[in-house]
Amino acid sequence: MSTAASGAERRPGLAETNAGRMSWLLVALGLLVLVLLASIAVGSKDIPLPTVIEALFAYNDSDDHAIIMALRLPRTVLGLLVGMALGLAGALIQALTRNPLADPGILGVNAGAAFAVSVGVGLFGISTIHQYIWFAFLGAIAATVLVYAIGSVGRGAATPIRLTLAGIAIGAVLGGITSGLALLAPETFDRMRFWNAGSLAVAGMDTVYVIAPFILFGIGLAAVVARPLNAVALGDDLAAALGANIARIRAVVIVAVTLLAGAATAAAGPIGFVGLMVPHVARWIVGPDQRWITAYTIVLAPILVLSADIIGRIVMRPGELQVGIVTAFIGAPVLILLARRRKVSGL
Amino acid sequence: MSDTPTTGIAFGRPTGIVRLFGERFSQRLDLRTLTICGVLLVLAVAVAVLTLASGEYQIPVDQVIGALFGQASAKLHMVVVEWRLPRTLLALIMGAALGVSGAIFQSLTRNPLGSPDVIGFNAGAYTGALVIITMTGGGFVAVAGGALAGGILTALAVYLLAWRGGVQGFRLIIVGIGVSAMLTSLNTWMLMRAQLEVAMAAATWGAGSLNGLGLDRLLQVSVILALLLPCALILSRPMHQLEMGDDAARALGVNAEGTRLGLTVVGVALTATVTAAAGPIMFVALSAPQIARRLSGSAGVALLPSACMGALLLAAADFLAQRAFAPTQLPVGIVTVCIGGLYFACLLMREARR
Repeated sequence: MSTAASGAERRPGLAETNAGRMSWLLVALGLLVLVLLASIAVGSKDIPLPTVIEALFAYNDSDDHAIIMALRLPRTVLGLLVGMALGLAGALIQALTRNPLADPGILGVNAGAAFAVSVGVGLFGISTIHQYIWFAFLGAIAATVLVYAIGSVGRGAATPIRLTLAGIAIGAVLGGITSGLALLAPETFDRMRFWNAGSLAVAGMDTVYVIAPFILFGIGLAAVVARPLNAVALGDDLAAALGANIARIRAVVIVAVTLLAGAATAAAGPIGFVGLMVPHVARWIVGPDQRWITAYTIVLAPILVLSADIIGRIVMRPGELQVGIVTAFIGAPVLILLARRRKVSGL
Repeated sequence: MSDTPTTGIAFGRPTGIVRLFGERFSQRLDLRTLTICGVLLVLAVAVAVLTLASGEYQIPVDQVIGALFGQASAKLHMVVVEWRLPRTLLALIMGAALGVSGAIFQSLTRNPLGSPDVIGFNAGAYTGALVIITMTGGGFVAVAGGALAGGILTALAVYLLAWRGGVQGFRLIIVGIGVSAMLTSLNTWMLMRAQLEVAMAAATWGAGSLNGLGLDRLLQVSVILALLLPCALILSRPMHQLEMGDDAARALGVNAEGTRLGLTVVGVALTATVTAAAGPIMFVALSAPQIARRLSGSAGVALLPSACMGALLLAAADFLAQRAFAPTQLPVGIVTVCIGGLYFACLLMREARR
């Protein structure tokens, strides 16, 4: 059975020249800056853009400036980091497993994080966001290591298909135990249903400081492996013939995905769909070159996460809709439209 | 029926050929696959008998078998045949149905991650049930109806959204992912807004449970499945030809679009039947075809071994769900993911060591 679901032959993306790709990337960057500013400006108390810029460059102690520095800015930076991390993790794991259905959760990141948080809530009575972060991060890392260990037992390196299947198996077991824990204890269930929605709202600047190093390191790794991953896309044998060290590339990618997705999930809860969808959109725009996909994903993913967060703040004023919920609602229609518009490119 | 030994060409595996009605119907049967199916079925029945024997009121196995053949006291007969048998039989046939529907979708999408979930069925069914449970509180029939309506509407919407002069497998998957993601978000939101008790009841339904299913449910489910499973078997040969790609299949005389539609309808109907009766039981459809494929060493997913594996998985999971934390009854879906996942992981490791 082949891992790629597509019967469609590979074709270049919408932008066919490097100049075209670069100019679209600049447009996307401009959009990202706009979304970042909007994310600081919009909320239950709207702040005009000039004040936003003034607060960033010439801070005084007015109410507006305090709101921006204490609430909006950490939230926006977190959205930026989480978006980049989830999108990149998705792009990496899809390239590695050569499976367009793979998302960062496939390596057990989400299941491990949820499991650790539910164990923390159920058995150790943790309740604050700071405790959640560490439990979730450790859970995510442990689950990925376990998946990788099972996927690479025996002779030879871990093949994509075995990694995927091991991820499904471990993710299922952890997910089952998590819902068992939740259904047997109403208190745990109550906390988990809110954690599951995924939110940027509760974070402060300290959360950002905790996860930023991991995510930045992960981004660095992703940049390094982008070129070798192009070789991997040709299949293991061809890649080896081209001089790529498959085993080392896999290990680096796994570490990067774990750091990126683990840190993002720890800080914001399981925000689905970003890692699955943004790499597809990037691939449609730029074609199959992993270097361009990486660049586009880094810009497009935070646009999706931040605009989802902004919309979540607007639609239910004065209440809020969690970012994890809105993401799918604005992302899915775009994905479906794109899937209908052109012949989708498989991996 | 004549059973000829291995034919002239050696394919490396012993096969037998069945010919019925003169030469009208012939089928090549892989002997190892047949053996695996037999072993899985025997195991499934053994687990079922064990389930019948255990409970709050323990019954020795020989008396259970006696009761099944009508040679026991009225009281034993009531406990075994009237109380416990319907649920156990349901576990067996619903497991088989899930296994078959998983095999169909994994073959259609040519992807081991394929399952009825890709077309959004389970997410839609959960949404339908959640709406009924949170709005009205909902009895069994209302919830089952809501789930059916939600699931089928979602599957239909995904199919139509993916339609563009034909449904290409990959576009179907992408649209399915998008629609499922939206519905899953909606479900999370509804669970968050609901009262804690209502949310827990809904989540228990969402995990899939066989608790409280009786004879009437068994009759309905078995009639529907008796119609659907033969359809699946008839479609299995064009299904395997479709795995080679649309062009190759068309060259062999397969109506690609028609077969795909037929398979999708049968696969969704199988899942829908199970979901309406017991809620979305996760993971059987995903893991049974893959486990069966590894046991029988076949090239792709096949329907019959998947069905047997599904039956064994669900029967075993139901036994554990009833007995593991007795008297607390776990939803069977939680157990299916745990034992299915663990067994799957073990199988992967053992396969790798060879």
